[in-house]
Amino acid sequence: MALKHVNAVVVGAGAGGGIVAKELATAGLSVVLVERGKWYTAFDCRKDDLRNQRTPVLGNSFGPDEDRNPRVFVDEQGHEHLMKPSDGGYSNNAACVGGGTASYGAMAWRYMEKDFRMRSTYGTVAGSTLDDWPITYNDLEPYYEKAEWEIGVSGDDANNVFRSPRRRPLPMPPLPGNREYEVLKPAAQRLGLHPFDIPMLRNSVPYNGRAACMRCRWCVGFACEVDAKNGTQNTVIPTALATGNCELRSECIVKEILTDSRGRVKGVAYFDSESRLREQTADLVVVSGSAIESARLLLNSKSRLFPTGLGNRYDWVGRNLQGHAYTGAVGRFDFEVYDDLGPGAGIAICDFNHGNRGLNGEGLTSGGMLANEFIRLPYQFVGWRPPGVPRWGRAHKEFMRQWYRRSIGVMGPVQEMPMFDSRVQVDPKVKDYWGIPVVRLSGHRHPNDQVVGKFLASKAEAWLQEAGAITTWTFSLATGLSGGQHQAGTCRMGDDPKISVVDKYCRVHDVDNLYVIDGSVHVTNGGFNPALTIMAVAYYASDNLAKSRKGTHGAS
Amino acid sequence: MVAAAAAGSGIGCSAGRSPWRFLSVDEARSLAAICDLIIPPDEDPGAAWAGVVNYIDRQLCGPLRHLRNSYRQGIAAVDTSSRALYGANFVALAGPRAIELLRLMEQGQAPREAWKQISSSEFFALLVDQTMQGFYGDPRHGGNREGTSWKMLGMPYPPIRGRLHYDVNTASVPVVGSKVK
Repeated sequence: MALKHVNAVVVGAGAGGGIVAKELATAGLSVVLVERGKWYTAFDCRKDDLRNQRTPVLGNSFGPDEDRNPRVFVDEQGHEHLMKPSDGGYSNNAACVGGGTASYGAMAWRYMEKDFRMRSTYGTVAGSTLDDWPITYNDLEPYYEKAEWEIGVSGDDANNVFRSPRRRPLPMPPLPGNREYEVLKPAAQRLGLHPFDIPMLRNSVPYNGRAACMRCRWCVGFACEVDAKNGTQNTVIPTALATGNCELRSECIVKEILTDSRGRVKGVAYFDSESRLREQTADLVVVSGSAIESARLLLNSKSRLFPTGLGNRYDWVGRNLQGHAYTGAVGRFDFEVYDDLGPGAGIAICDFNHGNRGLNGEGLTSGGMLANEFIRLPYQFVGWRPPGVPRWGRAHKEFMRQWYRRSIGVMGPVQEMPMFDSRVQVDPKVKDYWGIPVVRLSGHRHPNDQVVGKFLASKAEAWLQEAGAITTWTFSLATGLSGGQHQAGTCRMGDDPKISVVDKYCRVHDVDNLYVIDGSVHVTNGGFNPALTIMAVAYYASDNLAKSRKGTHGAS
Repeated sequence: MVAAAAAGSGIGCSAGRSPWRFLSVDEARSLAAICDLIIPPDEDPGAAWAGVVNYIDRQLCGPLRHLRNSYRQGIAAVDTSSRALYGANFVALAGPRAIELLRLMEQGQAPREAWKQISSSEFFALLVDQTMQGFYGDPRHGGNREGTSWKMLGMPYPPIRGRLHYDVNTASVPVVGSKVK
């Protein structure tokens, strides 16, 4: 039986797609929201140290299925590896209603004005496709505000003198600081830095009918047991469904986007939860599967008019895959700093996001924010072993007893230089459970990321020393392919169709009823967790999309 | 008790008459001896008492079943190395010699003929990581008996939900109501 034609199909119910579905449904369009994963709730907070989105040693807990969804990863030596979702090289984000927002740490960063004008600020960078966004911070500002108020953000960035202008404060106050916060804040001030309370998509007080955070230790990587963490699964998606205009189909795997003989898209073909192939036709298709899967879907949607995939006329789909190299330092104190209060992270500085010394000490480059790390469970802390401490035996045990409650980590994401050859392709041989060609990942980071990483780590170390750490050590930065949960960049937004995939409204250049709305469109990825920016772009693009459709399509 | 629970678990990949799911009696004994050097007992329990062997055995019939060959070959290679170097199986070695063999494995310098199927340093890295998982991870997976590692680190166990246990002595949180009548 044919499925009823709708105005819009949205593929992926994460940070981007959940918002698009809600905005279109409330504007009166009929929407089908297709999600390959399941719909988890607060009751799915398993509090499992070994099986969560941050520590998936016994499997990941928010999808996709370990055995049905392989990827191929090509390492820097050119060797191919078949990866499962819980393997690091897989770059898993999540596959569930809410996407990464169901289990994230929930930092809610607005990118800075310069983050949208990276090439204008720093010039061309050899070996990188660094460019400006076609939109500015000012274009997104109202939509950042909308995300902060609709999804719900707590925090206080008034003391962040580097922040970009905002018209409205955050809707909720910050959570009270933990012991790390109390130690780090005066130290930053003594150093002349500008510490402030991290904006978080987490209720510090009851908000939107849900409870406040109860400060437990199962935070980043877990569903929130009291539903105080705000993602699209507990905000805009229920709103979208309540309009009566939106149908959510979870556990449905989209195989390809269908096109007609004139080169417009006419819907999607997908496998439903019982692996039956279905077709959902629509006036427009919005791809919101996150940077890696969105690129895969476009590349897998081949036809006579689009022999290399949709939007890929100039071979830009899947290029410029970015994420964040994390850098930082650990300080050990001669007093206890662990107080068992989640979410742990609470204090940050943006003093080093821009204007740092770049490669060879020449020129200036971007950096990243620095913040104290999320609360860590004991198995995670095993990895905080300083250089020189044996990894096993009596010395290991002594290390754990001595330092678990006396260590602070200060970490930050390096704003990466986009690399044309860091990319998502579809593998010519390997297919998933449904017979769909899988993702093939290859590439590496730009050498400038290393320079910035070392610089930021030294600043983290200095902060910890000022706070009274008796010893400190720094993390070394990964050089391989970026991606992971902060994945972005693979369907770049731009004005020139030859060097980008979508226009400034997230519409694919040569297909006027196909959109990509998620982190894929980020030209650069900021020195911040990208979730709030993905949300702001989704509100911004949906607003334009709904306006352009008004009068032509009512609810059907 | 652990063994009895394992035998009754009905997972059905037990090897012969072993009470374990995957491991043989001898393999489990060797594994316990190795794990107890990775996290030795001192004033706090070690890996063996905490149930790390049970954790590994259970996962080898679950999410880590792809590592079965690594364990089978690796444990055999430990004993082969031990006999080649010291003329006895690993469980019979005195402490310093056992530690010496683990160090050789860690550095990839264990007798080469014993490690043709799996590298000694890779197997040792696997053992260290999974011993840590079994010792520090959630007891539901078969290790960390009685939350022993969490107690060792001073984490409340059983875990207390939320922040209430801090409110009573945190000055920044206002106290409402009277404590006693």
